[in-house]
Amino acid sequence: MTPSGGTPTDLRVYRPRLSTWWWTRKRTYFVFVMRELSSIFIAWFVVYLLLLVYAVGQGEAAYRRFLDWASSPWVTVVNVVALVFVLLHTVTWFNLTPQAMSVRVMDRAVPSFHIIAGQYTGLVVVSGFVFWLVTR
Amino acid sequence: MADSIQLRVSRFRPETDSAPRWQEYDVPLRKEWTVLDGLNHVKNEVDTTLSFRWSCRMGICGSCGMNVEGEPKLTCGTFLSDYEPGPITIEPLANFPVVRDLVVDLTDFMEKLPRIKPWIIPKEDHGNVEPDVEFLQTPGQLDAYRQFSMCINCMLCYAACPVYGLDPEFIGPAAIALAERYDLDSRDIGSPERMDVLIQHDGIWGCTFVGECTRVCPKHVDPASAIQRYKLKAALGTVKAFLLPRGAR
Ligand code: SF4
Ligand code: FES
Repeated sequence: MTPSGGTPTDLRVYRPRLSTWWWTRKRTYFVFVMRELSSIFIAWFVVYLLLLVYAVGQGEAAYRRFLDWASSPWVTVVNVVALVFVLLHTVTWFNLTPQAMSVRVMDRAVPSFHIIAGQYTGLVVVSGFVFWLVTR
Repeated sequence: MADSIQLRVSRFRPETDSAPRWQEYDVPLRKEWTVLDGLNHVKNEVDTTLSFRWSCRMGICGSCGMNVEGEPKLTCGTFLSDYEPGPITIEPLANFPVVRDLVVDLTDFMEKLPRIKPWIIPKEDHGNVEPDVEFLQTPGQLDAYRQFSMCINCMLCYAACPVYGLDPEFIGPAAIALAERYDLDSRDIGSPERMDVLIQHDGIWGCTFVGECTRVCPKHVDPASAIQRYKLKAALGTVKAFLLPRGAR
């Protein structure tokens, strides 16, 4: 660029930088970061479940030891926090599914509501089956 | 309703300033005035040195995007009265280099857009087709891509995207939505070429699905959806290539 009568100069611009705390500025950003964080708690539940299955496989004494450990205050607290995050994870991802999957039937888009309802139906059916399996 | 409202405007003069600073202006508060009307009042009556972009005043040209109270907005579609009693902070679109006051440099997007080939790549060379030949589509075929064709390149989605803010290499929401617009067009066969571009390191996998692009888009384009659909397509493509190594894409 050559300003009139001057020597050529570079276009001087101001480059803004995103602060490390960008995700605290807006509720939607915050929910996003919490949703990402929830994956850690999903992983924790998987580990917990594997420990449970392992203890059951080791016989009654090991299973009792697992139960004692699982009912200790800190494990209970961790599990309650994890449950909250797992619920957040489920609800947020169920709500996002229609954006990732466009389903067209007879050349028409299936409304998001049906896709979300389908997932909750699936969740209820699977949970019901697990409940039946455990309590029968 | 008060009869005036304060605009708190970010000013940056490249000749003298090393960083933006604030300047306040009081403008008349009228029910039918948009933020852009307020800025034009300043420009015409108060301070002719204020720089900003606009053209159509009706949400079509996409040139008046700014951050209003921290939210990317088309200022011609954002009313002063919604921010009563003020003040209203007005900044240049976030995540872009600022050239002057409220004007940002969009070179980056202009360079990225052609990479995804935003035009119809037809089966046969249309150069040889008679000019009166039509390529008809059913309403369903039109409906498949219509939403993604509404983009006005206003860049609000880039200003809202923290991924782009942190890594300006990211090709970004609107470019991917426009790639999807042509992919879904029944007259186009360019999908594999666009996919080759979008699976690069600066393509779809940079997106972490914050979803803010979709929330701020004034045209309901839903770029977040386009990106997630691409991820699904890319993942299925990989699975297919693995299961049927000889199969066509
Ligand atoms: S996708 Fe929406 S927000 Fe992004 S440039 Fe296009 S119209 Fe603007
Ligand atoms: S001035 Fe054209 S979109 Fe606002």
